[in-house]
Amino acid sequence: MTFEQILFILFAGIVVGGAASVLLQRNPLYSAFSLITTFVGLACLYVTLKAQFLGVVQIVVYAGAIMMLFVFVIMLLNIRDEDTAVDPNRFLVYLTIPLGAILLGALLYVVTKVNLAQPTGDEGGTVERIGTNLLTKYLLPFEATSVLILMAVVGALHLAKREKE
Amino acid sequence: MLAEYLPTLLFLIVATGIGIALILIGNFLGPKRPSPEKLSPYECGFNAFEDARMQFDVRYYLIAILFIVFDLEIAFVYPWALVFRELGVFGLIEMGVFLALLFIGFIYVWKKGALEWE
Repeated sequence: MTFEQILFILFAGIVVGGAASVLLQRNPLYSAFSLITTFVGLACLYVTLKAQFLGVVQIVVYAGAIMMLFVFVIMLLNIRDEDTAVDPNRFLVYLTIPLGAILLGALLYVVTKVNLAQPTGDEGGTVERIGTNLLTKYLLPFEATSVLILMAVVGALHLAKREKE
Repeated sequence: MLAEYLPTLLFLIVATGIGIALILIGNFLGPKRPSPEKLSPYECGFNAFEDARMQFDVRYYLIAILFIVFDLEIAFVYPWALVFRELGVFGLIEMGVFLALLFIGFIYVWKKGALEWE
């Protein structure tokens, strides 16, 4: 049991535990906080895979910005704790067991077949490498991203702005 | 290289552990004698007469969205700032185009009045 394996089990446990907690919580805000825990665990996994910039950006963008939007929406819609009313489509729950088993089987098959090459060298995901690649090899996607962000700004403005009375 | 992150991991473990320990110690060592008055929310001495949740203003959501957009822009500026010297004028022009397009977005937001609070 090497140290990397222990770390992987620890972080993967945080990810899976957080994801399960998202489903099992009754209060929707607690679900959002569990999702934040999942993202932090994922960021730690990225760092163990030598993708440091991706790990930090995951926390800043995902856990910082996107989850903030989630919490805003929960507060905007004024969602209460779930009450335990009986669902008329209750039988669909029993359909999830065979479907979940099929999905799990497919995932296990793929995991045993994939080639787990270790990331080579130390400069794989460092910020300098990403910066150089972003501005030389992947320049067109980089500039297209700015247009995409511009579209997001215009769209958000039209959706969220109140009409001038 | 991974060993360089060991202090960060220790920091995370110690911080989480102290937080959990504080909550658990308070849970086990504190007396448990709840009463209806103790369990009701605190309202400066009054009895609560209304639900705490009120109509949420959508301007807060707009501020949040604008923050996210410009946060993503900053996340792109970080890698460029590190390799700025090697790329020279070419890199400056590239990042200039990126920032100019987003500056247009900022001008649009400004002129549309989304930065006004009232």
